Amino acid sequence: MMQLLRNSLGAVPADHRAPFRAPGQCKPVGVATSWEPSLATPKLSLNNVSLGYATNSGGRLVALKNINLQVQPGEFLCIVGPSGCGKSTLLHLIAGLHRQTSGEVLVDNAPVQGPGTDRILIFQELGLFPWLTVAQNVEFGMRMNGSPKKERATKAKEYLRLVHLQQFADSYTHQLSGGMRQRVALARALATEPDVLLMDEPFAALDAQTRDLLHDELERIWAETRRTIVFVTHNVREAVRLGDRVVLMTFRPGQIKREYKIDLHRPRHLEDVQVAASAREILNDLREEINKSLEEEYGLETRA
Amino acid sequence: MKRALRYLFFYSALIGVWALLAKLRVWPPYIFPTPWGVAETLWAGFADHSFWIAIGVSMRRMLIGYGISVVLGLFLGLGVASNKFLEDTVGGLLVSLQSLPSICWLPIAVLWFGLTEKAILFVVIMGSLLSVTISMETGRKQLPKIYSMAGKNLGARGFTLFWHVTLPASLPYIVTGLKQGWAFAWRSLISGEMIFVTLGLGQLLMMGRDLNDMSQVIAVMILIIALGYIIDGLVFKSIERHLQQRWGLATAS
Repeated sequence: MMQLLRNSLGAVPADHRAPFRAPGQCKPVGVATSWEPSLATPKLSLNNVSLGYATNSGGRLVALKNINLQVQPGEFLCIVGPSGCGKSTLLHLIAGLHRQTSGEVLVDNAPVQGPGTDRILIFQELGLFPWLTVAQNVEFGMRMNGSPKKERATKAKEYLRLVHLQQFADSYTHQLSGGMRQRVALARALATEPDVLLMDEPFAALDAQTRDLLHDELERIWAETRRTIVFVTHNVREAVRLGDRVVLMTFRPGQIKREYKIDLHRPRHLEDVQVAASAREILNDLREEINKSLEEEYGLETRA
Repeated sequence: MKRALRYLFFYSALIGVWALLAKLRVWPPYIFPTPWGVAETLWAGFADHSFWIAIGVSMRRMLIGYGISVVLGLFLGLGVASNKFLEDTVGGLLVSLQSLPSICWLPIAVLWFGLTEKAILFVVIMGSLLSVTISMETGRKQLPKIYSMAGKNLGARGFTLFWHVTLPASLPYIVTGLKQGWAFAWRSLISGEMIFVTLGLGQLLMMGRDLNDMSQVIAVMILIIALGYIIDGLVFKSIERHLQQRWGLATAS
């Protein structure tokens, strides 16, 4: 009972919620959402999270400011924003690799205390271990938590099959293409059986065809494994194609500007008309932020 | 194949010019020996085992001295790289000490240990310890952060993180340091052996000078070059290249 009460209290910080908008209908919704966060315990909950750095020049940079965000179990959440808006930093906070300056990051209502294998982050650079074979990479997390050898081998096989790489189990990562490496990283993350999968622009460096393919695979794997996914990208279409919900962040300081619920039925495709329409809508809001970031980067040039 | 031909052409030309100059007696033979004279000396040296013994003695010293400096250097380098205070103090000292040619340690070594095996080992250790330490330290610092982040992310902590992630990730850098350390140790050893008389290649070289036997001088020099090249250029380099390829560090060169 106490638990229930706490959840419902914690989950509806009415004044913190960003304005909500359903694309396609283009109707900004106020505080109340059609999407009921109070029904279940949120998997992830960020309350008033801020992060500041001291810069080399002695100043202070606010990377994230008052972030309030709830992610439901099994939800596919996408975060978009201009580069430098702190989306990657946000993932690092959830992964426990960095610490926020203020506010709290909760997983299952418990504050994050450093990294944990219940939340696995797939880095943009992947961070696969080149001294290990593909299978050993996939087994790494299980090896760290002391699973027996036999179990590790069986599971690694299983996850490699899931990403269609079983015949490359004994290859080294430098022998694989970019898309294949991406899938190894996905298998390695899934093999630790995390509740939450954090993905940091995982497909940014891939060619369009490979990316399409991996979108399909990710959607299938997500449907099969029912993990909670937080997916960061600067590609709005990708976000709409994959996410149940898209969160738009502002440029420096990183704040949540708006949330969009994506109600399109799955499986979706990047070329779907509805995907394009929703993306355009979000893009209009994003453009403002991109201009801000460009102005900061190029200074007077854009103003002239 | 083309490369092998080029090598063959270059070295036969080199020996040809050498033979021609010696045949023409531009300089007297005791100053400028003939190639076949040197070859004879090499053959004789191996036949009467004196070269084998010298190589064995020198290699034994290398293995002991270099082995000690590798172990010390790895720990020192890791320590200096992981601690800001040590980096500012010990790290700076190491870099300044490196400007000291290793043979300058010989007077101290002789005063401390006398004309003994220990003195030679001391010179070898001092010659290679610094470069192993420094390259270990830079390797540790150049290590991409992503590996330790990924390791932590997947549940590795403390010693496990070091053993399963940091150490293998820095292996290419470690090998580069080991290779450099070997080259320095080799130079230090030969100079040390030349200065005070014990068995070993350096002493054989000096003996050639004392006997005015130019063929022996050249023959031993060829031996020293060959041994250095085989270990440094073939063994270390191929390990290094293999690691760099696998670790994805190989550059266009």
